[in-house]
Amino acid sequence: MTSELDIFVGNTTLIDEDVYRLWLDGYSVTDAVALRVRSGILEQTGATAAVLQSDTMDHYRTFHMLERLLHIPPSRQALLIERYPGPARPPFLSFVGGYYAFDEAFVREVLGKKLSKGTKKDLDDISTKTGITLKSCRRQFDNFKRVFKVVEEMRGSLVDNIQQHFLLSDRLARDYAAIVFFANNRFETGKKKLQYLSFGDFAFCAELMIQNWTLGAVGEAPIDPDSQMDDMDMDLDKEFLQDLKELKVLVADKDLLDLHKSLVCTALRGKLGVFSEMEANFKNLSRGLVNVAAKLTHNKDVRDLFVDLVEKFVEPCRSDHWPLSDVRFFLNQYSASVHSLDGFRHQALWDRYMGTLRGCLLRLYHD
Amino acid sequence: MPGKLKVKIVAGRHLPVMDRASDLTDAFVEVKFGNTTFKTDVYLKSLNPQWNSEWFKFEVDDEDLQDEPLQITVLDHDTYSANDAIGKVYIDIDPLLYSEAATVISGWFPIYDTIHGIRGEINVVVKVDLFNDLNRFRQSSCGVKFFCTTSIPKCYRAVIIHGFVEELVVNEDPEYQWIDRIRTPRASNEARQRLISLMSGELQRKIGLKVLEMRGNAVVGYLQCFDLEGESGLVVRAIGTACTLDKLSSPAAFLPACNSPSKEMKEIPFNEDPNPNTHSSGPSTPLKNQTYSFSPSKSYSRQSSSSDTDLSLTPKTGMGSGSAGKEGGPFKALLRQQTQSALEQRGGSPHRFCRRREFPFFTLTAFPPGFLVHVGGVVSARSVKLLDRIHNPAFVGIMGNTRSYKLLDWNSFNSDEPETRDAWWAEIRQEIKSHAKALGCHAVVGYSESTSICEEVCILSASGTAAVLNPRFLQDGTVEGCLEQRLEENLSIRCGFCHIPYDELNMPFPAHLTYCYNCRKQKVPDVLFTTIDLPTDATVIGKGCLIQARLCRLKKKAQAEANATAISNLLPFMEYEVHTQLMNKLKLKGMNALFGLRIQITVGENMLMGLASATGVYLAALPTPGGIQIAGKTPNDGSYEQHISHMQKKINDTIAKNKELYEINPPEISEEIIGSPIPEPRQRSRLLRSQSESSDEVTELDLSHGKKDAFVLEIDDTDAMEDVHSLLTDVPPPSGFYSCNTEIMPGINNWTSEIQMFTSVRVIRLSSLNLTNQALNKNFNDLCENLLKSLYFKLRSMIPCCLCHVNFTVSLPEDELIQVTVTAVAITFDKNQALQTTKTPVEKSLQRASTDNEELLQFPLELCSDSLPSHPFPPVKEHLESASSNSGIPAAQRATSVDYSSFADRCSSWIELIKLKAQTIRRGSIKTTVTVEKASPVGDGNFRNRSAPPCANSTVGVVKMTPLSFIPGAKITKYLGIINMFFIRETTSLREEGGVSGFLHAFIAEVFAMVRAHVAALGGNAVVSYIMKQCVFMENPNKNQAQCLINVSGDAVVFVRESDLEVVSSQQPTTNCQSSCTEGEVTT
Repeated sequence: MTSELDIFVGNTTLIDEDVYRLWLDGYSVTDAVALRVRSGILEQTGATAAVLQSDTMDHYRTFHMLERLLHIPPSRQALLIERYPGPARPPFLSFVGGYYAFDEAFVREVLGKKLSKGTKKDLDDISTKTGITLKSCRRQFDNFKRVFKVVEEMRGSLVDNIQQHFLLSDRLARDYAAIVFFANNRFETGKKKLQYLSFGDFAFCAELMIQNWTLGAVGEAPIDPDSQMDDMDMDLDKEFLQDLKELKVLVADKDLLDLHKSLVCTALRGKLGVFSEMEANFKNLSRGLVNVAAKLTHNKDVRDLFVDLVEKFVEPCRSDHWPLSDVRFFLNQYSASVHSLDGFRHQALWDRYMGTLRGCLLRLYHD
Repeated sequence: MPGKLKVKIVAGRHLPVMDRASDLTDAFVEVKFGNTTFKTDVYLKSLNPQWNSEWFKFEVDDEDLQDEPLQITVLDHDTYSANDAIGKVYIDIDPLLYSEAATVISGWFPIYDTIHGIRGEINVVVKVDLFNDLNRFRQSSCGVKFFCTTSIPKCYRAVIIHGFVEELVVNEDPEYQWIDRIRTPRASNEARQRLISLMSGELQRKIGLKVLEMRGNAVVGYLQCFDLEGESGLVVRAIGTACTLDKLSSPAAFLPACNSPSKEMKEIPFNEDPNPNTHSSGPSTPLKNQTYSFSPSKSYSRQSSSSDTDLSLTPKTGMGSGSAGKEGGPFKALLRQQTQSALEQRGGSPHRFCRRREFPFFTLTAFPPGFLVHVGGVVSARSVKLLDRIHNPAFVGIMGNTRSYKLLDWNSFNSDEPETRDAWWAEIRQEIKSHAKALGCHAVVGYSESTSICEEVCILSASGTAAVLNPRFLQDGTVEGCLEQRLEENLSIRCGFCHIPYDELNMPFPAHLTYCYNCRKQKVPDVLFTTIDLPTDATVIGKGCLIQARLCRLKKKAQAEANATAISNLLPFMEYEVHTQLMNKLKLKGMNALFGLRIQITVGENMLMGLASATGVYLAALPTPGGIQIAGKTPNDGSYEQHISHMQKKINDTIAKNKELYEINPPEISEEIIGSPIPEPRQRSRLLRSQSESSDEVTELDLSHGKKDAFVLEIDDTDAMEDVHSLLTDVPPPSGFYSCNTEIMPGINNWTSEIQMFTSVRVIRLSSLNLTNQALNKNFNDLCENLLKSLYFKLRSMIPCCLCHVNFTVSLPEDELIQVTVTAVAITFDKNQALQTTKTPVEKSLQRASTDNEELLQFPLELCSDSLPSHPFPPVKEHLESASSNSGIPAAQRATSVDYSSFADRCSSWIELIKLKAQTIRRGSIKTTVTVEKASPVGDGNFRNRSAPPCANSTVGVVKMTPLSFIPGAKITKYLGIINMFFIRETTSLREEGGVSGFLHAFIAEVFAMVRAHVAALGGNAVVSYIMKQCVFMENPNKNQAQCLINVSGDAVVFVRESDLEVVSSQQPTTNCQSSCTEGEVTT
């Protein structure tokens, strides 16, 4: 007696979250059944192995069908809901949410890399390294690519675009926005000294940068229709980057640097546990931060932004054991005192740069 | 020319890409009704075309309105080659023809292609202007309402229940025409779909005519079936119960017409007309058929060996003792006489209306209180027929004509054909009627008919429950006062229906009778088998359960008559064994009555399958069932004895366990009637093989082992051993689960609102070598048991719940394949019955509202419960709970405050939803009255950017589907008409579509989607009495091909949640299936 056909179709689609997870994690039906058996489900429910096998197969088939519908042009996902409604609508969303969810370990491996075929060959390595099944890696990677491709061509808010076209939750859409933003600007995140940073850290920075450093951030649509080449939210504002060179004066002009230092030191004296270290290091730190800004005109330096920030600021402070609160005091004062520098004319530029950088640095500053 | 059909094509969406070069489609639409076709403009290069067409107007006969479906074809315009069809939509406009139902059909319909499945959707608006024509009832029967529901629909009252209506139409199956060899599979499938659509329209119209003749205004329990007879044709047949219904809100609307029907009938003008049907497209078969009904001519079936058997399980009438008993006899006679005359009288004038009188059958399974007086037992009849091949080249030629399908009046071509089929059924019905008579009953309720076809052999089956009915409902209150009074008296006793309907002294076969355990006055049988639902007023002890008997018998492959003979010979044995199994299983459960009994015998190439399903209950009025005694044939063998006693102990344990499980604790009765656990020798069940009109033999088969006790199992060979084993292998459902095949579970009445309808299909391949009956039985048994176990497992998240209306269908598509299709609905119920009942109405409604809310939340909750513990995001559940108790917004805010780094919230979809909703609200892009669905990011995200206009069905929740006639926790406010849809799906890329399972899964999901879309377009939000009547699946894996036919039906309805009715006042007339609480959220 062999089973030729075995299906279960409900008016509303029941999704067993455990099986869904196993499927997302790329386990084969056999492995999934074995894992479910190990979870003790048979004892809990009094089911037999055959029942479990049939149930798992059935769920896998459902997921596979839903997946196929997910892959048709994303704008047509309404079909999914029409055809496979859940008990209420949210399950559909959670199906999509689950499908587009990703593993932290995986995303850290590909964050900032080019989402093209070349990287796909590396999926095998990532799979071995992270212990995530190849199937799951492929799904996650394909998701990144799919989202990237769709929103690449679009104008308007990156997060909104993702959210609307892929029916993702707000949080997931923001994560994808970060991934897309990183992939587009190819920020280096894989260096050893950046390993301590989580995806959350990067996503946080990405969001700040999207909000402040891109064309969309300025709030003005490009007047020239031809300039659509720049995606409003995905590319950094080239003009802004160009202008950042002007900040160099802060460290190049020795008087300005000294004045800046004395302003900061006066304000912080007695308030900082690491005052002496700060005083000793001020010029190095300031030079580091300003030079990072000045270099951003080159693509290569843009890519190394995070490496530079960690090298030039995070690491020196960490080696002197600055507490986070002191870093915060310092950065606040450091950016605020520039306003008192009479000879410096690029206050707005400085604020746009430093406002974001301050947020990023505070987030990046941990062990 | 009494009708104008108006159609407007509004828009399309999600169309497939038809032009590879541009990745777009140049779509236009053809709208066809009858012979008239209109076209829209071509909408260039869009997957979401906006045709916004003018109103296409068809001026047609209302007869055509009833028969023809509206046919909408979406095509891709191609300048150089032929236009490619994208797909079709068939819309049955019947619901627009009755006054109270839908007034407009408007909505998004899935565009269906038999090869590719659903390909986008089209927005259509359909209206009908009916001109009042005094003569319009002549050809057409517009206005007669049809219900699939097998009880009086919830918002109606039955004034008169007239009785049985039946009709069948025959045509050649397009799949078997010569032209099929040269046309594409798509064309062939479409021809079939269209033909069946036409035939069911015609069938419905003809049934409607009969109803009007009877002065009824509705058909309840309408059941339409297709017999795919292959080469010999296609039969569409329907049965139903004609009623005069009265809308509850408008009492007495129909009363005048019904007060003296017999008198009025004589006044009907066309009654004088010798042939009222002269204006129809041909002589209609049923009328003509009247004369044939009782003289089935054998010449049309080469072999008609009838193996009709009668399962008269529980006969016996008792003259009661005491005062009531004394009068009982004469009273019963009087009652019978009265009923009889009522039934006959309803026939009206001798010629035209007497035909109907022939069959006092009712397809209803649930009745108004007081309708059922006594129930006799199950009556069934089967007959094996040989299908004749039809050679009629003349007909085929005409089929090429576009109008050809109108030529359904086979008579003009082959005048014998429908008569043959009609005669077959008449024969069987006559048999049923005589069986009922033998049980002292005048009527048959819960009546149904079915067929099983394999090659040229066809088994026709009919079954029902013999019953004595209250004449009050059958006529118009002319019952004499004293009788009425007596009846009332009788009916006031809730055990009345159990009492035996006829004479104790006249029992045709022995049965064990006792005095009713309830009233102590009348006699009752020891067990009661019926095909109906449990009467609502019956007293039941404990809960019920699903009981199945399963049986296979091998048979030799044979041709034609030899085959038919072989089957006929096997049938009585199968019936007997199925019956024994049922009886044993019932005893094992410690119960004494079966309801909803359905015995299905399926014929295959080399085997016969029998599957009986019923719901066992313990009726308080019937005696406690005796146990099961095992006896060995060789009593001298010591070890054998030991074995026997071991088995006996196991059986006794099982009975005790079952009694506990189903909470069967009948009150102890100290009287002597109870008797010993081992039944007296008199007690037996018996199968009567009665004489059928077409068979000359008059044999009476005592199937209860002659003089032996029916409930002593004798282990004399391996067969019997196996039987005992199989008895014990049936595992009860896991705790928290109940199952039954009736509408609702006896003993549970606190249903909550969550329902999950499902269809499950399994096909197994038997290993062909050395198949024995035993192996076959075991395989079949395992198949059914595993299927049930899988269902319990799948639905475990709904515990405590009950699978209701479990419907098993067995078919044998090929030599070694067994296909089992199950449809059912899982309904949750509240365990704390006491708690619920003590609550005040207000509390109750609050509770309901929150239950509703929980239902909305159910899925995310489920998600969280198992999967989240390892995640740094555990408080989702708390959010959810607070969200459900308050409004969603605070929860959303809380959610946003969650640390951003905890990104791995795969499952916080509820929060996502709330947030999105909150955002949407802030954006102010929705109106305050829209439902939560519309506010959901799906609706918002998808439709806001698209130019497609807001669609009707996006505002309605998921259309509920249920095989039951009601929706728990809700009130049905309107019936919109029946849904009767037939789909064919074929593929030539089976592997690519995920194999047979993937293919069928997708198809069934598509069928559901299409049913939902049609219901939504009618303005409904649920389909009740949903049934998948046919699921014929054929595959050819070698060719990578498969084909499937599905026929579904149900009643489209509008329902309102009771909580909405209570909480929300009349300010919300449109139904909103979400709770008012959720709505409040949106409006904040």
